[in-house]
Parts: sequence; C-alpha cells; structure tokens
Amino acid sequence: MDMNEIKEIFFQECEEQLAELESGLLKLNDGDRDPETVNAVFRAVHSIKGGAGAFGLDDLVSFAHVFETTLDCVRSNKLEPTQDVLKVMLKSADVLADLVSASRDGGGVDEGRSRGLVKELEALARGELPTGGAAEAPKPAAPKPAPAPAAAAPAAPAPTDESGFQPVPFSFDDEEETIVPSVYEVTFKPRRELYAKGNEAALLLRDLTRVGEMSINCDTETLPHFDKMDPEGAYFSWKISVKTEKGEQDIRSVFEFAEWDCDLDVKLAETTDEELPMVPVPFDLSALDDDSASEEDAAEDAASIQAAAAEAVAAAETATNVSKMAAAASRVEKKESQAAAAAAAAAANAANAANSAGQTIRVDLDRVDRLINLVGELVINQAMLSQSVIENDTTGTSSINMGLEELQQLTREIQDSVMAIRAQPVKPVFQRMSRIVREVADMVGKSIRLVTEGENTEVDKTVIDKLAEPLTHMIRNAVDHGIESPEKREAAGKNPEGTVKLTAKHRSGRIVIELVDDGAGINREKVRQKAIDNDLIPADANLSDEEIDNLIFMPGFSTADKISDISGRGVGMDVVKRSIQALGGRISISSRPGLGSTFTMSLPLTLAVLDGMVVTVAGQTLVVPLTAIVETLQPEASSIHSFGANQRLISIRNSFCPLVDVGRILNFRGTQANPVEGVALLVESEGGGQRALMVDAIQGQRQVVIKSLEANYTHVPGIAAATILGDGRVALILDVDAVVAASRGQSLKQESSLKSDMSLAAAG
Amino acid sequence: MKKKVLTVDDSRTIRNMLLVTLNNAGFETIQAEDGVEGLEVLEECNPDVIVTDINMPRLDGFGFIEGVRRNDKYRAVPILVLTTESDAEKKNRARQAGATGWIVKPFDPAKLIDAIERVTA
Repeated sequence: MDMNEIKEIFFQECEEQLAELESGLLKLNDGDRDPETVNAVFRAVHSIKGGAGAFGLDDLVSFAHVFETTLDCVRSNKLEPTQDVLKVMLKSADVLADLVSASRDGGGVDEGRSRGLVKELEALARGELPTGGAAEAPKPAAPKPAPAPAAAAPAAPAPTDESGFQPVPFSFDDEEETIVPSVYEVTFKPRRELYAKGNEAALLLRDLTRVGEMSINCDTETLPHFDKMDPEGAYFSWKISVKTEKGEQDIRSVFEFAEWDCDLDVKLAETTDEELPMVPVPFDLSALDDDSASEEDAAEDAASIQAAAAEAVAAAETATNVSKMAAAASRVEKKESQAAAAAAAAAANAANAANSAGQTIRVDLDRVDRLINLVGELVINQAMLSQSVIENDTTGTSSINMGLEELQQLTREIQDSVMAIRAQPVKPVFQRMSRIVREVADMVGKSIRLVTEGENTEVDKTVIDKLAEPLTHMIRNAVDHGIESPEKREAAGKNPEGTVKLTAKHRSGRIVIELVDDGAGINREKVRQKAIDNDLIPADANLSDEEIDNLIFMPGFSTADKISDISGRGVGMDVVKRSIQALGGRISISSRPGLGSTFTMSLPLTLAVLDGMVVTVAGQTLVVPLTAIVETLQPEASSIHSFGANQRLISIRNSFCPLVDVGRILNFRGTQANPVEGVALLVESEGGGQRALMVDAIQGQRQVVIKSLEANYTHVPGIAAATILGDGRVALILDVDAVVAASRGQSLKQESSLKSDMSLAAAG
Repeated sequence: MKKKVLTVDDSRTIRNMLLVTLNNAGFETIQAEDGVEGLEVLEECNPDVIVTDINMPRLDGFGFIEGVRRNDKYRAVPILVLTTESDAEKKNRARQAGATGWIVKPFDPAKLIDAIERVTA
C-alpha cells in the first residue's frame, strides 16, 4: 500500500465522517442532547483534521481546527447548541465537505463563505465563553529560549529579561562551524511514577547520548536494604555531564516524556575548560539491544544487587530488572483463580460474538458484479435444466422433480442474497438532499425544513447512484417553486416555515420515493396557459386536473415566470422523468391547490432481475415487466370500438382505453391483429392514463435475468433489454413506456408527437 | 526478534498509515479500532509498545490507557499517545492516565519511529 492508496482511503473515510457529522448535527437540531451524539460529531471533524494533517491539506486542517474548537465548546457544555448555533454548524459541515472535495478533485471553494464561517465559528467559541480566547490561542509557543546565543557564548550566564538581553536573529548556517561545545550538568532523579508510566531511566540516558558526549554518575545512597526495598520504588538518581554543541532545550527534550515524574535540573557547567571531575562511566547500550542477555543477567544482578549498584549503568539496568521481577511476581498471583479466568474468557468470547454481528467488509464492486452475473447465469441454467427434464421425462420421476424444485428454490435464494449485497440504504442520497434544501432555502430567503423518513430502505447501488440527480432537481424545484415565501405563507395562515418531506419505502418489490411539500400546489390555470403558450397543447384541449399536473413533465415546459438561478438551469421536469424512466421507474405528481404537491417515484429494487409476464406476439416471445401491468383481460368483440382512421378503443368498466397492438408497433406484422383473438394487458402509462397492450397469448410469469441489449448489440426502440429463457432462447423485454409513447405517434423512430397525443387524451 | 506494536485508532486512514510506517520500519503491527478492542487484543498480542489515539468511540484513549495500567501483566508496557491534541491539558490528562509519551499529529513517520525507539529497549 502506498501513500496514494491511503489518501484514497482517507477520502472515503471523509465521506463517511461527513455523513456522520451531518446526521449528528441534524439530530442535535432536533433536540437530541445525548453526549455521545456530540462526541460523534466532534470525532468526525477531528478525524478529518487528523488525516488531512498527515497529507498536508492545510486549508482543510485550518477550517476543521476552527470547527473542532467550537464543537469542543459544545462538548464541554460551554456552548448551548441552539438552532442558531446549529445553523452555523450545518453550514460549516457543508463547507467542510466542499473543502474535502476540493482537496480530492482539485478546484476551489467559496473562500468568502468559508472565511465568513470561520469568523462565525470563532465568535461562537468566544461569545459563550469569556476565556474562550485561550481555547483559540495558537498552539503552545514553540520552544524559543534561544539556545543558539547561549551556545555561541558558552561562558555567559543564561540571559534573562532583567539583564536587558534581546534575542538577536541568528543564522545557524553561518556560525555552525565555529560553535564551541559547552558542557551541561544534568541532575536526573526519577520518581516511582516514571517507571509506572512505562518510562525507563536507562532508555532516557541512552537517548541523552544522542545529544553529546557524556559521563554519568549514579547516586545510590538512598537505596534501602534489600528487605525494605519496594520493588517498584525509585531509589537512584543520576548526575550527567554532557558535552554538546546543542542547547539546554535539546537536553530537556530528551526528558520530555518524563519531566513530570522526575526532578530534572539542567545547567551550564561553571568551568568548561577543565577536565570533568568525575570518572566517565562507559554507557553500555548493547545490554539494551539484547533481550536474552539482560534476562540472563537478571539473576546475577538480583543476587549481587548492592554490589551492582556501584556502577551507574548497571544500576539503571537493575531498575529495569527489578520491575521485571515485580511483574513476574504478580503473574504468579494471577494464576490463583483459573476458574475466574475461564469465565472471563467465556465472557470475552461472548462479547466478540456480539461485536461480529455488526462487522462489515469492504469488497470491490467489480467482484460483486461478477458474482451477480454468474448467479444470473446459474438461474438461467437452472431454468433450462428444469425445462429439459420436464420435456424428456415422461415418467415424471418424483425424486428428480423434487430435487429440481429444491434447486430452483436455492438458486432463487442465492440470487436474492447476492442482490442484497448490492443493496444499500438510500440514506446517503437523502442526507445530501438536506444540504440542498438548506442552500437553496438560504438563496431564496425561505425557511424550510426537510423531514426524511425510511432512509434505511435499501435499494440497488446503481439505482441509488442514479437517483441523486433527479432527486436534487426535484428538491430544488420544491424549495424554489413549491414552497411559498414566508410572508405569503403567513398570509395564507400557514406556518411560515415550509416543510419538504422525503420518504422511502418498499412496496410490492419496488422502492417508492415520495417528495411531499406543503407549498401552494400546482397553479393549474397557469400551467395550462403556459402549455398553450408553448404550443404543447391545443388551446381548446379539455384536460383533467391530473393531466394538467402532468404537463410539467413535458419537454419544453417551465412554469417559473423568470428563469431563476436555482432550478431554472435549462433542465426541466422532463429530464427528471426521463432519468427515472431510464431506471425502470415511474414518476407521477398529485397536487392540491394551497396544500402542496406530492411527487411519487416508483423504482425497481434492482436492475439485474425482473419479474416478467412472458407473452407471445406474432410468433415471438416477449417479456413484459410485471410492474407495468395493471390487469389482463380477454377482450370481447362488443367492447372494441373503432376510433379515427386506424385507432381502436376498448371499453373497460365503462371507461375507454386506447388499444395498442404490440406486434404492429414493433413491426412484427403489417396489419393489426384481431383483438378478440388475443389478450389485452392493461398497463399504466406514466402520463396517468392507461393503455391496453394487445398480445397473442400469455405463456406465464417468470423472473428473468436482464441482459443489456446496448452492451451486447445496440439499442432497439421499444425494447428495454433481453433475457435468456429456460429453453435457451433469447427473449426481448418490452419497454412498455416506449411502446405506449410510440402508439401515440404510430412510430418508434420519432419522438411521439405530443400535440396529437394530448389531443387524443383530450378527446378520450 | 521483531518488536511488536499495538496501535489503537478509530480512523482507517491513520490505521493504514501506522501499518505502513511500522511495517516498513520492521515492526510487527497489531491494530485495534477503539479502546474496547484494544484491551481485548492486548491479552492475545503481548505488545512491546502501544500507540493509541485519544478520541475514539466506545472507550477513548484515556480509558484505554487506564485499562492497560490496571492490567497486572501489561501495566509496564510503554504507551505513546498519538493525537492532534497538542495542548497541555490533554497531554496532562493522558499522562495522568499513565501514558509514557506522545506524538503530536500531523502524522510524521520519522517522529513516530523515533518516539517508539525512545521508549523501547
């Protein structure tokens, strides 16, 4: 693994942390005061900052730092997370997300915005906290006690402020060659806490050798008699003379980890020219490097402990061994209760088992897709096997049939489980929407609250990925056009704060996503007029309310009087509709004037398999997606009515429905078939109306594995995809909406003529 | 013999960095994602040195350090705190809990290895 891969991991992790951050903030916004929520929010920012620091992403670090500081005030209850505070924080979370994407993909961020937020965050940290300046203060001042001048003038006493000494800028490069080494005297007396925290006098002394040449003298006077000795006590102190070109700070930094737990004194030796009064004691580092050697020494040292104390390094070594002995002793004690240990182990195992329940692994999507594809083949193969057994087995051996049934069930289960791997909660997409609501509401000066429901509803990852764009557009529309301004809302007796509700749920093998706003609803008069002005419908068209509402999905339709910055980007609801349809989904709208609108999207849970009705049309086998079919019926001659030159209607329970011959539309045959000889599939077209599709016969219902035609051949109008049936033949999957659309214009090649379509609807 | 390092950090990024850095420097590395897991793993891996983060879910670094220091078998293992907290208060709390030393983030491989070398024989 190299740094680039780790960076990739970092950005993945950032996404997760950002999601965590946002959902935590939203929870706080809803009044959640669980300290763990605040902690999780804090940790998310903290983690991003930590990783960003490692990659030198300074902009990200500095913003995260300010954000973190303010969050810390919330965490320590110095700042009450009111709605106003959270508003700033949610915005900050957005900016943080922008900074993350900017770091990943390049590109800039709105600097004015982030600077403004930094100010707001800092104000929050200060405002509620009179001494907040301290929390904001820059890092502890870097070591600045000017070791260089001291080194340059070794004989001079350490300069003090009183002496009027002013540090002078000093360049090492010029002077390095001429630095005269100075001698420091270090007194080091560890306390027992030093050892308790895992520090080690011998190791510290070893470190000191890096600073310069030194001689060590160990003071063993306080060492009590062996009987009275606390095995974990600290009895030695050391006097060390260090001859170094470095400063006092470098010596002190050796003891950085230990300075609280020892008495340390570092000063320049009075006389630097004379020889050291002490006899240098060789500092044997090899003992530290070789574990086994020191173990062997242990017994020896322990026996001759008082003799050993004479030598400084050995003494340090002893201190090590003494604590090792103590550890060994406590190990013996531990053995006393084996039963208790076993019980603890069992408990630990249980805890492990509980942990593993929530464990996840990350798998490359390609691997999953390969598996899904293979399972698809398995399903096809199983179907073929079943079919050939049925065809060849006239005796009907029950054991084979039973085995086959089991196989079928198993393959189905495998398939479902594999599909479940790709299934993901819609949560990330929903979370993105809350940001969009915030931003757009801010831009247009409205106050809007996004409520989400069912965000743990799972759906295929591909569907989720492709859902974001149309959903974003719809949310923008709802905020920009759907919800009225606070003044208008108040005038209408509504809560000035608008609500947009986004829900997801499973319904009969599909996922249904609803977007509900409590705005003004669709202004039907305006929509109708607009459609007439834009030449989308004839001026005298007689449309139902539902049909008027659905006009907004037509290409070239836009109700906003002036194209606004937010939703009017040249993309209309027709594009939304097309992207939903591309996913095998449907979208519809219902609206109540003054009360708001509801957009309902229904999408397949997966794009890999489909429940279909296998039908025969002009000798060809076709699959019609089951979800499109409302009902099937056998038309009677009396209910078929001619309409126009070659259109026909079928009357079903006193309402008329256009009859569409699938064989004719797909050019399987030149003339229309006799409806009475076939079967009519009543399908719902997304325009709200229904159509009856004529097919010759129904073979049955089957789950089929979708094979893309585009990937293997080319796009065929009216055909959504293909599949392989049990007998090994390829069957085409009907694109119901395309066929219905084509029936309006009588051709699949060109886009349906909307005018004639609407006039037909008007007449019908 | 390779020295064994137990790292405890909830960030996948930092865990990977630690792993790469420590493996490159010739250490054997065992990793845990939070204090609770750290204490569980501790029993099995018998580390020579522990590197831990402070801010973690379930059990934070302070609690983890205290847990290690309460463990008769492992209480003398050096523990380095790896954290962005550079302010004295956090450092002090870590010390009170029983930390041996600390490494201030941003993560710097050289600093990390140096600190480990300093506290291990």
